[in-house]
Amino acid sequence: MRVGVGLPSTVPGAEGQLIISWARRADEGPFSSLGVLDRIVYDSYEPLTSLAAAAAVTQRVLLASTIVIGPLYNDTRLAKVAASIDALSGGRLVLGLAVGARKDDYDAAGIDYHTRGKRLAEQLTTLRTLWEEGSISPRAARSRGPDLLVGGASDQGFARVARYADGYVHGGGPPRAFSRAADKARAAWSDAGRPGKPQLWAQGYFALGGDAAAEAGQRYLKDYYAFTGPFAERIAAGILTNPQAIAQFIRGYEEAGCDELVLFPTIADIGQLEQLTTILHGLGRHAPVADALEVQRQ
Amino acid sequence: MKIVILGAGPAGLYCGLLLKKANPSHDITIIERNPADVTYGWGVVFSDRTLASFQRADYKTYEQITNHFVIWDAIDVHYRDETIRCGGHVIASISRKELLNILQRRCAELDITLTFSCEVNDLAELGAYDLLIASDGLNSLVRKMYAPIFKPTIESGKAKYIWLGAQKVLDAFTFIFRENEHGLFQVHAYPFSGNTSTFIVECDEASWLKAGLDKADERASLDYCQELLAADLDGAALLSNNSKWINFPTLKTKTWHQQNMVLLGDAVHTAHFSIGSGTKLAMEDAIALATTLEQYPDLESALNAYELERKPVVEIFQNAAQVSQGYFETIKRYLGLEPMQFTFQLLTRSGRITYDDLRLRDTRFGDAVDRWYTQKFRHVASVVAPPPLFAPLHLRSLTLSNRIVLAANTSTNPAQDGLPVEAYGRQLMHRAQAGAGLVMTELTAVAAEGRITPADPGIYTAEQGAAWTNIVESLHATSNAKIGIQLNHAGRRGSTRPRSEGLDRPLRQGNWPLLSASPLPYTPQSQIPAEMDREAMDQVKADFVRATQLAQTAGFDLLQLNMAHGYLLASFLSPLTNQRSDEYGGDLERRMAYPLEVFDAVRATWPEEKPIVVAISATDCVKGGFAIEDAVMVARTLKTYGCDIIEVQAGQATPDGEPAYGRGFLTALSDQLRNEAGIATLIGGYLTTSNEINTILAAGRADLCIMHTPHLHEQSTSTEEPLAGMRAYITPNSAQQQALTT
Repeated sequence: MRVGVGLPSTVPGAEGQLIISWARRADEGPFSSLGVLDRIVYDSYEPLTSLAAAAAVTQRVLLASTIVIGPLYNDTRLAKVAASIDALSGGRLVLGLAVGARKDDYDAAGIDYHTRGKRLAEQLTTLRTLWEEGSISPRAARSRGPDLLVGGASDQGFARVARYADGYVHGGGPPRAFSRAADKARAAWSDAGRPGKPQLWAQGYFALGGDAAAEAGQRYLKDYYAFTGPFAERIAAGILTNPQAIAQFIRGYEEAGCDELVLFPTIADIGQLEQLTTILHGLGRHAPVADALEVQRQ
Repeated sequence: MKIVILGAGPAGLYCGLLLKKANPSHDITIIERNPADVTYGWGVVFSDRTLASFQRADYKTYEQITNHFVIWDAIDVHYRDETIRCGGHVIASISRKELLNILQRRCAELDITLTFSCEVNDLAELGAYDLLIASDGLNSLVRKMYAPIFKPTIESGKAKYIWLGAQKVLDAFTFIFRENEHGLFQVHAYPFSGNTSTFIVECDEASWLKAGLDKADERASLDYCQELLAADLDGAALLSNNSKWINFPTLKTKTWHQQNMVLLGDAVHTAHFSIGSGTKLAMEDAIALATTLEQYPDLESALNAYELERKPVVEIFQNAAQVSQGYFETIKRYLGLEPMQFTFQLLTRSGRITYDDLRLRDTRFGDAVDRWYTQKFRHVASVVAPPPLFAPLHLRSLTLSNRIVLAANTSTNPAQDGLPVEAYGRQLMHRAQAGAGLVMTELTAVAAEGRITPADPGIYTAEQGAAWTNIVESLHATSNAKIGIQLNHAGRRGSTRPRSEGLDRPLRQGNWPLLSASPLPYTPQSQIPAEMDREAMDQVKADFVRATQLAQTAGFDLLQLNMAHGYLLASFLSPLTNQRSDEYGGDLERRMAYPLEVFDAVRATWPEEKPIVVAISATDCVKGGFAIEDAVMVARTLKTYGCDIIEVQAGQATPDGEPAYGRGFLTALSDQLRNEAGIATLIGGYLTTSNEINTILAAGRADLCIMHTPHLHEQSTSTEEPLAGMRAYITPNSAQQQALTT
């Protein structure tokens, strides 16, 4: 299992320069990918733009959206944006899409919330077709286009993974929650007669450095997930705040068959990246010898 | 805090005493509308785990309960004049009256104000309080008054039940099943005191009406049950406590607290009695609420934490209870099972207890299950009996050596113009050597235009026939496995790209024309199929017959016809895809007509002594589509036509028709179809462990299981590789894991 790190692009107060340095430093470190999240109505940077910026200052790491709210984009536009990032980065984009959970994002974009599932299904078909046909430019690094992942917890989400995508991205939680979701994705994949297995991506949150950091991280998560009501407390309670917790989390996900685990920061401070890097080194994880592209292509 | 608790049932009393114990400065009042010594109900049950949590919460209460309870560890099933016992299910029971006495005394000890015979009709009567705990039962005043906030929903069960007692000593939790001229009646019974037991009598509405119980008063109901259960009661008297026949209401509530009001126990949730007691849930709620109120400095956080902790746990319990409730509502389906299998079905009905669990709880029972299954299929009474998945299966003159089926698809070894390549044959052989009793090919086209993708294998030319012959011969020469071929015509899902690129994506060039029951494209991007006319139907039928002949020449042991997943034959069965106005469209009987014609032709060609499997989608998973009831009818009909096994699948008649995925997602469908149609079934459904498969087989939910084997290494021919792949699952080091699996 590979470990990636999220950009602080959805942590309020993150300066542009921080995001750029973060990307550069992550590329030098033991991370295999950079992740971004998507919310229009929140103090955050647009995710695909952030990945494009990261592309300019990195060589190795995959650039992954976990996830981007697909239906908020025009299909052709999204195909072009994604192909551009992929071409600009030498083929390192992994496009994870989902319908998203918040109506306020849809309202802000002026897009209908209730047909988002159908929209995403259409979009997944269109993206792949446009990339393959080469009818939009630029050409992505691979002729079929970047890898497509689908996220979400609904039954239809898993069916979409099997029908349209290359893999599944889980929204976060303890390893056993991921395990159940991974089973569903694998069951759908096998039922559809797709060869091999689906890529399985997952995420978690961290806040390192002691009690003050842990509290700050929890405050952020309660704020970010306030829209879930009381459940925000539970999400915040799951934050990883020390090396042991991170080691257990990694092990749990690995055992459940995760291919790539992206750990997201909850504090906009480069020190968080440094501490996570140290912890991963301590667990025997170093910058991969083969580059991320090769590993991903296997 | 000033706390008012509405309702002095177990939940209210227990919560009150725990709160007062933790913080004596709380001012607690419990208000109850009944007098102190009046109660309804008989016994309440607790598992050993629940008792352990009581022990931790308040030792004195726990001690009192253990002094007064009855404890046992067996479940008895009385069915068809046999009684089968399974041990290892530690359950304790105490009379509700005794429990309330214990809790009332404890509250008095702790200086809690108990106010009886006080009916509250308006919350304003309660005066001021910091916290209102509503443990006022199913008809909760608080929940009803604030229904728009709490958002309760009540689903009524279909069965009728009456809660009685009996002056009978029982030494196990007892299920009794009795049929009479009015229908089937079942009893849930358990002891709760020195000489009295709970006796809950349940039946479906049809039986209830036929027995005239809708018009019976308390005495008449009692007499009816007394006579019905004469053999089981053996002279003991049945007792009533203002008991009435009712439907079980399952209450679910969206929100459990609002400002300084919180609900617990029956006021906020109920679960069918067949899986345990509401009292257990209620008292566990009380423990959780008392704990969070102690832990959190502010009320809102405490109530949030209580709801966050209990709601998911209760939901899981309610889901299991609903499965169990549904099971008892449809028990007629299982009356064809022999007592051992009937008992195993019952014990594993909720999905939470498996073959391995029962074995752990009672090894003699576990052995008995193995011996029974072995005897049934080996016709030998053997003390040495392997688990069910090793039992043989006899299908006509074919014998499969075990119940495991492994399938291989051609994704890594695509066929060329329908010709299966040698490497694919080796894949099949590998599956055989991995120990499968039966190996299945992937969907094999009966005509070039019947392929789904250009990579699919076919069986429509002599050359392909010869290739299959080689494959079958090599497999038979190197293992004991049998091999089956799946015959298919893709219908409107044909002419698409290999599935590595996604599903149902039309070929960019080299498309061939498509056929289907009606001219409806599968996706908006798909080719529109031609509606089959008589000529096309005869041609396809002839294609299936030719394929059957080639399969017989090749030496296949078993044939499977695909009528599932929206391919050609399935397109006739589903109302979503068959809009014909001729004699092949319309009601189910007409929609079945063409698939049955094809089956007939195939059956007539395939040797009498070899079995045929038919795959059907038991449900389209879409409103207005083919449903499980239709599938049962189709299965029954196919059985009379000479079909030996149904492979149960689901969905894919249309692109949006998908089942809820997860482990064993086809098991419930197979269970229903197999037992209602009385035909053997084969299922996949993402089964990865022997435990799941043994559980399915022993319970009579299916007869053959496809094991999903992701670790079976595709390219290898060595015998060591499959084991190495499995070792990766228990090796913690990720580098090692990577090395083994790539």
